[in-house]
Amino acid sequence: MLLELYLIILLPLAGFLINSFVGKSLSKNISGIIGSASILASFILSCVFFLGFINGNQQKIDINVFDWISFGYFNISFGLLLDQLSIIWLMVITGVGFLIHVYSVSYMHDDDNFSIFFSYLNLFIFFMLLLVLGNSLLVTFIGWEGVGLCSYLLIGFWYKNQDYNNAAKKAFIMNRIGDLGFLVAMFVLLYHFKTLNFGALQTAIATSTPNHGLMVWITVLLFIGAMGKSAQIPLYTWLPDAMAGPTPVSALIHAATMVTGGIYIIVRTHFMYELAPETLQFVAWVGAITALFAATIGVFQNDIKKVLAYSTVSQLGIIFTALGVAAFSSGVFHVVTHAFFKACLFLGAGSVIHALGGEQDIRKMGGLRKYMPLTFYTFLISSLAISGIFPFSGFFSKDEILGAVYEHNKVLWAVASLASLLTAFYMFRLVFLTFTGEFRGTDEQKHHLHESPALITFPLIVLALLAAAGGFMGLPEGLGFHHGLKAFLAPVFAGGKPEAGPVDTVASSTEIALMAFAFVVAVVAIVFAYWKYVTGKSQPAKEGEERGLVAVIYHKYYIDEIYNMLFVKPVMMLSELFYEVVDRTFVDGMVNRSGKFSLVLGNQIRRLQSGYIGFYLLAMVLSMAAIFLYAFIIK
Amino acid sequence: MFETGLLFFVFFFPLVAAALVYLAGHKQAKYVAATAAVIEFIASVMLKKCIAASHAGVIEFTHSWIDKPNISFALSVDGLSFILVVLTTFLVPLIVISTFRKEIDNAKGFYALILLMQFALIGVFIAADAFLFYIFWELALIPIYFIALLWGEGRDREFRNRAIFKFFLYTLGGSLFMLLGFIWLYQKAGSFNIHALYNLQLNAAEQVWVFLAIFVAFAVKIPIVPFHTWQPETYKEAPTAGTMLLAGIMLKMGLYGLLRWLLPIVPHGVMVCTPYVIVLAVIGVVYGSVIAIRQNDLKKLLAYSSLAHVGLIAAGIFTLTREGLEGSVVQMVSHGINVIALFFAAEIIFQRTGTFEIAKLGGIRNVAPKFSTCFMIVVLAAVGLPLTNSFIGEFLLLFGIYEYNTVLSIIAGTTIILGAVYMFRMYQNVALGETNSLTSTFEDLNWSEMAVFVPVIVAIFVIGVYPGPILHMVQPALDNILNYVWR
Repeated sequence: MLLELYLIILLPLAGFLINSFVGKSLSKNISGIIGSASILASFILSCVFFLGFINGNQQKIDINVFDWISFGYFNISFGLLLDQLSIIWLMVITGVGFLIHVYSVSYMHDDDNFSIFFSYLNLFIFFMLLLVLGNSLLVTFIGWEGVGLCSYLLIGFWYKNQDYNNAAKKAFIMNRIGDLGFLVAMFVLLYHFKTLNFGALQTAIATSTPNHGLMVWITVLLFIGAMGKSAQIPLYTWLPDAMAGPTPVSALIHAATMVTGGIYIIVRTHFMYELAPETLQFVAWVGAITALFAATIGVFQNDIKKVLAYSTVSQLGIIFTALGVAAFSSGVFHVVTHAFFKACLFLGAGSVIHALGGEQDIRKMGGLRKYMPLTFYTFLISSLAISGIFPFSGFFSKDEILGAVYEHNKVLWAVASLASLLTAFYMFRLVFLTFTGEFRGTDEQKHHLHESPALITFPLIVLALLAAAGGFMGLPEGLGFHHGLKAFLAPVFAGGKPEAGPVDTVASSTEIALMAFAFVVAVVAIVFAYWKYVTGKSQPAKEGEERGLVAVIYHKYYIDEIYNMLFVKPVMMLSELFYEVVDRTFVDGMVNRSGKFSLVLGNQIRRLQSGYIGFYLLAMVLSMAAIFLYAFIIK
Repeated sequence: MFETGLLFFVFFFPLVAAALVYLAGHKQAKYVAATAAVIEFIASVMLKKCIAASHAGVIEFTHSWIDKPNISFALSVDGLSFILVVLTTFLVPLIVISTFRKEIDNAKGFYALILLMQFALIGVFIAADAFLFYIFWELALIPIYFIALLWGEGRDREFRNRAIFKFFLYTLGGSLFMLLGFIWLYQKAGSFNIHALYNLQLNAAEQVWVFLAIFVAFAVKIPIVPFHTWQPETYKEAPTAGTMLLAGIMLKMGLYGLLRWLLPIVPHGVMVCTPYVIVLAVIGVVYGSVIAIRQNDLKKLLAYSSLAHVGLIAAGIFTLTREGLEGSVVQMVSHGINVIALFFAAEIIFQRTGTFEIAKLGGIRNVAPKFSTCFMIVVLAAVGLPLTNSFIGEFLLLFGIYEYNTVLSIIAGTTIILGAVYMFRMYQNVALGETNSLTSTFEDLNWSEMAVFVPVIVAIFVIGVYPGPILHMVQPALDNILNYVWR
């Protein structure tokens, strides 16, 4: 089975190499087929493993492929780990990834750099697979940084636009801030446990009794890395800007896969977090506050992709809240369902943008339902899923999280529930403004309105089906159902503390009450959105007409401006100061002055001397003689 | 016998080649120089077999030279010397080829000086006698001085002369302190031979003084803040081939010097001074990076980024940990490779647009995809992306610094953030966006330019993916050094 495992990783890499080296000379269709087929093959192989795990035939694979950084006792191997946790991610990455590749064949068809686009997408999949298949933190870190690179390349894919390039650069740099946390966490682990291998770390931590403060320190550092990758406060502002990239990129990287990297790493190192309840508490609060904060911004955005971007930040926040209350498998569950419905929403948005010739402002949309029914229905299903309406997938995964949070802390639950309420509202604000009412765009656009081609609608339909039915992989255990996903993941969490969760402790009557409450709240929010935007025909304020708090929220609480003032400007000023004052004037000034001083000194001394070369030679000979005399005879 | 023969060949061939190049005349000079440099590279790689077969992993040759004072003609090649020699012989052909497109006045002199420089550099890396080391150390200064002075580019002649003269005086001044230090050691040991110096027992105060004297020479050459102000101007004024020699290889002389001629000889002095030096080096990392952010001149930007990178290497060396030392060697190699590619990219830009000013560029990717891709890969290596060479180096260096002090490692670690800031800013302003009048006719890479980039890119990934050979190669040498340090 090793060969198959290698192939899963190497096929996307091969796709990348082919499309980068000979892509220009291939026709677009061939490029697209190579790009998509490599991912499809990986997906099929992943399915084989997945079925093996389900049947119980497949054992965990943990192998060192070769010694990577090694000398003497110091050894970090390049190795792979395939277990129930990585296979779940593998299925999402290759499955959703494949659909998005197919979608891109049509979506990017008119782009001059078509083959480059596919090579970047393939490279991304390669690094993402490495991220979830690494058997040590350092191998995961290769993937971690690699997906960051691909994100940079793809956000700035239309590189002629410097605003897009700025967004790409911002994403990379903000991620790097988090990466420093990740890096230092590795140093601490390497120093104390002499290994970065997940299995070895788990054993080492289980057998020794590590200092409690140490575990808190390590987990906080790792969480800083997760904040960057998964766009949590304070390192989230890159994600909305990242929408500059082509829409399939937003769907794949900035919704379904890369941004879940931070969640993966925490789940993967759950055995450390379990020993650091303070960090978990911190993670829960950061997640919940991010969820609410981003949701409020989402309510007032008018760019269809920006709404979805803030929604992603918010949903990731909900997942972190789940991790923070140690409901790890619930978090993974929501990662999976979120990948389905959020990818579907982004691709749906892309379909709309495509039809409108690049328009992204929902104030200039409306009434698209009758022109693009498939896009509309798939978008609607996904919106119902993300809002948590029974029986769509988000209902199950989100309620599981809310139940676990309720058990842990009521205030936290209230914050997360409020975020969910807002989510239902802004999603349906989006649905109604985009698809119902009258079309508000230009006549030119109206004339060209059309449903997207099959290569675009096919992925939408598949994803919408998954978004609708995906919840059934995790039915509430508390109500006597079988929670398939949780049972599947159980071996990953075996050996740790028994997982806290709603199912173990929340009585089923409470659980039913919580579910009913969440459901009603979501319905109320949707009805309110209907009343406001369909019945009331209300429209978002025009540019610059927002007032009061709305204006503040519309401008995203001015966080970008604040960061600019607090961090960017001071560094720029410091740069100027260091260069002009410290370097040129002070340090170099000293050097030049000492040079001048010796010149002056020389001039003074010269007066005592004749100035004839002969005299200097004599002085040289005499002084050398003196040195040698001292060195070899007197000594 | 074969190993001594090969050693002598590797040692003297560049000198012979320099003479051949001079005799070949202006037309043929560059081809003779490139051929010779490639032969030298192959020969130096063959040394590896001899080292593996030799006793204790060292090839040594000692012959008495001058009786009074007692100076021996002693050469020795262990893993550490080998790596630096191969770095030199790998980069010199690339530097020679990088000039192929350019019309060079008095070409035979130019290429002969480059090979003479190579001779001196190899001498520095294999000398096993302090006096011999000093001779080569100073000898290396002469060709680069003339290369920078006579073939330099840039605004006015007067300014260049001053910048280059300052560089010359500054490094020469630093070296004189080293000579003093060596003479002091000689008095105690009665020999300049490295083994005698390693086994010398000096008292604590002496060690500190000797440390300071020798350290100054290395600190100027590396350079460590605040001894660096010669660097940006010199890099800017020198012809790019000269800048490559300086940044790619010559500053490694200082770092190599720390490992070979300072740490094991005055360990106590090292212990006393380490806290200050590490702090200084880490300050240099942040300082260089922050200044690089606002630089508008490509060469100066690269000079300050180089300052930051070598600061990290110096800090890693002074952690006196195995990880720090291993990291320093990998990073010396990586930095050498990456920095010459970066300067080469700057040179290509200058040749085609006539400017080094970042603000005037942009959009090159539209017209020169091959160049932009190569440039991007080198930029990624410079910011230490995993699977590139500098990730290995930076990871080990920062881990070494972590073992020494947590706070310092975090401060030094900001280099991964700041490096991304200035490198990506540079790349964006040079290669992305729309073309303008300067860049719209930018010609893509030709074969000789590809011949420089391709080996560099291969080396970037080979070292990044499989650094094992380098790490293993230098391990015995570094262990030996650390044994003396912690004796």
